[in-house]
Amino acid sequence: MVEPLLPPKRKNPLKRTRLPVSPPDIRSRQSHLLTAAAAEGRFGMPGCLECGAVHYPARDACPNCLSSRIGLIACSDRGTLAEATAVEVSNNVYFRERSPWRVGLVTLDAGPGVVAHLHADCVVRGRVKLAWTLDRSGNAVAFATPETPSANMEDDRQIREMTLDPKHRRVLITDGRTALGQAVAKALSAAGAAIVFVGIADPWKPFAGQDRLAAIAGVQIMPLDITDTESVRELADEIGGRVDIVVNTAEHIRPGGLLDRNGVNLAREELDSGYLGLLRLAQAFGPAMKFRGADGVNSACAWVNVFSIYAQMPWPAYGAYSAAQAAMLGASMSLRGELRSGGVRVVHIFTGPTEDEWFQPLPPPKVAHGQIANAVVDALRRGIEEAWVGDVAQDFRERLQQNAKALEREVGQ
Amino acid sequence: MSGQLAELVASIATGSVRVVDLTFTLSPEFPALVLPVEFGQCQPFRIEEVSRYDPRGPAWYWNNISMSEHCGTHYDAPIHWVTGRDLPHNSVDTVPVESFIAPACVIDCAADAAADADFVLKVEHITAWEAQHGRIPAKSWVLLRTDWSKRDYAGYANLREDGAHTPGPSPEAMRFLVDERGILGFGVETIGTDAGQAHHFAPPYPAHHFLHGAGRYGLQCLCNLDQLPPKGAVIFGAPLKIKQGSGSPLRVLALVER
Amino acid sequence: MAYAKLPRKGYEGVVLAAPVTIAYRRYSTQSAHGWIGRALRGLVEAAGITRQDIDGFSVSSFTLFPDTAIGLTQHFGLSPRWLDHIPMGGASGVLGLRRAARAVQAGDASIVACVAGDTNYVDSFRKSLSSFSRFAQDAVYPYGSGGPNASFALIASNYMRTYGAERADFGKLAVAQRANALKTPHALMKKPLSLDDYLAARMIADPIALFDCVMPCAGAEAFLVMHEETAKSLNLPYVHLLGAIERHNAHADDPIQHRGGWTVDIDELYAQAGIRPDQLSFVQTYDDYPVISLMQLEDLGLCKKGEAKDFVRANSFTFDGTCPHNTSGGQLSVGQAGCAGGYLGMVEAIRQLTDSALGGQVKDARYGIVSGFGMITYDRGLASAAAILGRA
Repeated sequence: MVEPLLPPKRKNPLKRTRLPVSPPDIRSRQSHLLTAAAAEGRFGMPGCLECGAVHYPARDACPNCLSSRIGLIACSDRGTLAEATAVEVSNNVYFRERSPWRVGLVTLDAGPGVVAHLHADCVVRGRVKLAWTLDRSGNAVAFATPETPSANMEDDRQIREMTLDPKHRRVLITDGRTALGQAVAKALSAAGAAIVFVGIADPWKPFAGQDRLAAIAGVQIMPLDITDTESVRELADEIGGRVDIVVNTAEHIRPGGLLDRNGVNLAREELDSGYLGLLRLAQAFGPAMKFRGADGVNSACAWVNVFSIYAQMPWPAYGAYSAAQAAMLGASMSLRGELRSGGVRVVHIFTGPTEDEWFQPLPPPKVAHGQIANAVVDALRRGIEEAWVGDVAQDFRERLQQNAKALEREVGQ
Repeated sequence: MSGQLAELVASIATGSVRVVDLTFTLSPEFPALVLPVEFGQCQPFRIEEVSRYDPRGPAWYWNNISMSEHCGTHYDAPIHWVTGRDLPHNSVDTVPVESFIAPACVIDCAADAAADADFVLKVEHITAWEAQHGRIPAKSWVLLRTDWSKRDYAGYANLREDGAHTPGPSPEAMRFLVDERGILGFGVETIGTDAGQAHHFAPPYPAHHFLHGAGRYGLQCLCNLDQLPPKGAVIFGAPLKIKQGSGSPLRVLALVER
Repeated sequence: MAYAKLPRKGYEGVVLAAPVTIAYRRYSTQSAHGWIGRALRGLVEAAGITRQDIDGFSVSSFTLFPDTAIGLTQHFGLSPRWLDHIPMGGASGVLGLRRAARAVQAGDASIVACVAGDTNYVDSFRKSLSSFSRFAQDAVYPYGSGGPNASFALIASNYMRTYGAERADFGKLAVAQRANALKTPHALMKKPLSLDDYLAARMIADPIALFDCVMPCAGAEAFLVMHEETAKSLNLPYVHLLGAIERHNAHADDPIQHRGGWTVDIDELYAQAGIRPDQLSFVQTYDDYPVISLMQLEDLGLCKKGEAKDFVRANSFTFDGTCPHNTSGGQLSVGQAGCAGGYLGMVEAIRQLTDSALGGQVKDARYGIVSGFGMITYDRGLASAAAILGRA
């Protein structure tokens, strides 16, 4: 059993901060089949799309029939831990700093043997559950946990290197004026975040839920207007060194396509709070987070951006808004690349239309803000990089994968 | 240099004429006008550093700024309101420059506004003032002192669920000042020349309606009105020369004799 | 589909001569090219031939990048009519020999220089680990980056669990090899090793401890392959190649490796050589870890599967004891010079069978077996090979 993780002691300001280094990050193109699975928390094994045989490590031809049609094949994630060892001496700085590091060979029920990172409660010849998860280099690795969950499982030293668990971490939510921001604050507080900084723009403007927000355990209201470079920088000056997780909940939803918008003022506002807002936040908070990617139990670890599904495929009725979302998504993907070397993962949450005043005329199903908040916490706990919240988003994602052109036409109708 | 101007400059130099700054500092966090969300919004003041003695510009510091014409301490031209849309010289670039220098009458309603955020300036307040200080001269600014500029931002905007609650003139008072007294313009400490609840007045937004309909001007977000005498100060305030501009942030200065 | 499978042909007439070792160094600033060049010069001097007489050239190296064997011909001024490049680690020696032997038999080459050499810069071991194979890159190195130590830890602990071998059994081989190495001038390990030292050593990846691991170093090993008549006319001492096998990626369905590819072909090897295991005068295993030596003792037919621990307990393994094993000290005590590690046993066997051991000499050595093993690209060594040599 893993001892429950205690809140970290206060940092000794005289001690140098350990800099993040990456575990080995070179992978073959084919093995990124697993990175794609890990990014969404799916399981499957590389396998042959002709004969169905699964194999590992990922190959470019099936070792059973030599077909080159290789893909991810869904199969059981259960297996037996054949052997285990603890690496005391490593050639890689990341593992040297974290030795001993427990690894083992898992024989999957589906056949292949997989070298995997091990949860402390996995016993040799015992049953395990295997998952693809992203390591601090951002690539997929196999992680075995006991088949029957054990106590405080998430607090395991090695599993916490893979996940982005908010427990004992300090979170910044960028916009607490909205129902979404407030729901996320509540959920992260409940998930054990040590501090939930909540940014509020134009504090002279009252907003709904103000008192309830302030009453949430651990919440600290901070002045933050992500459309104001100076405001973002001032907050970063104050708390930038203590933010372990950023959840950017900024939203600026307005209907209208390109033709029925008279001028670009509204579009500029959308870009200002979406794309440019992300840029400001990234410039102000990114460098310090990247620096603190290996800073102990509450190291900086995650940057969450909440997107509309229309970032992926514009909805002409909300065309300008969709474009602003797409711009932000593009920036966020670059941010992902830039933060990766610091061990900070960028998480994308995609949601369909929410229970928001600006989507009021739309028919159900709509996504409740609490659902999105739970998806944020779930993504952090599982360490996934991409989550699609609600039925509309799930359906959208499937259609996007099946035939993007069809989806383009359908969304336009 | 000799004559009146030399005298004025000398008076300023010796301090016998004091210059009072009636302007708020333009800053991003200063409250801006809030309209119902369906309408286009007033873009708040924003400042982006271009360089600061750094690789972007090693020996110089400068910024890009952006804002609405109606941001911070600002000026309303007649063209701002539908009632003044067809008047001649109605935009900031064509307003006669002589009007940028004019005397001011200051009506002190600070106590009333402190007692009631929705205080409305009525004709009787004006006539009471005139009883004490004499008739308001034509072509002068009338400035409504409420000490609103001394409030914190939340108190300044004073937003509630049914909108802003800030003092302003009644329709009758505005008609009186424009028609009966021929004032140059009306200046206030609050975000608008009209009261926060003026959309319920008849006509709605009477200050905008009557002032601009008659080709007169507005000044908003003034401060330091408590440093002006009721009568005798001279206002210097020239908006930016924006082509077809409806208004402009500006520096408003008052000259006050000791 | 049924098809005719021709019987193995023997290696009649093929001999090995001119064993050359370029003394190992822990680290070297010289490139692999330099080490291989020195070995070539050693061959020419030992055989009393000229560079131009070498008309076959087989190279094994991991650190030649960006060169391969062909670049070396120009580098060294060689013009061979037969060329081979075999970067297959611990199996390089036997694999190089098998191919060279067939070239000599066919008349494609008269004198084949088989050379293995690698350098070891201060950071080259770490770099080679991270880029050893695609599978290692994808599926092993990101897991603790323990290198082969971690992979063999899993194999060793499974072997111990399955067959009841103990660390002391592994230790016995390591201790005997150290005793052998103390006689070998170029062995990097100079201090005696006791079983207590072995058992008390720092753990590297449980159950692999410090003295289970080889020390990467720079070095080169080489020998000549030719026809017996050629050797006679050059007046060179030589040994006969009696048989040789190789087998790759065998037993792929074993969840963890507990046997190598030898088991598939071992009977044919002894049949080809015309001897029985009990006639062997010594054994040179590929000893990157003692557990692999135990596995080879079984798979090469010296004892039954799972009984190596008893075999180990019953023998001494020193050059002057019973079942002389890794008589120069093996890689564990001499050092592991990359692909030259796959040549070490072969060169030592030639010396033992020509009574020219640099260290301890096995008395009356008549037959010896040399085993090669290597290329752990994912979870197991893929290549296994063995050759039986006989005194002329």
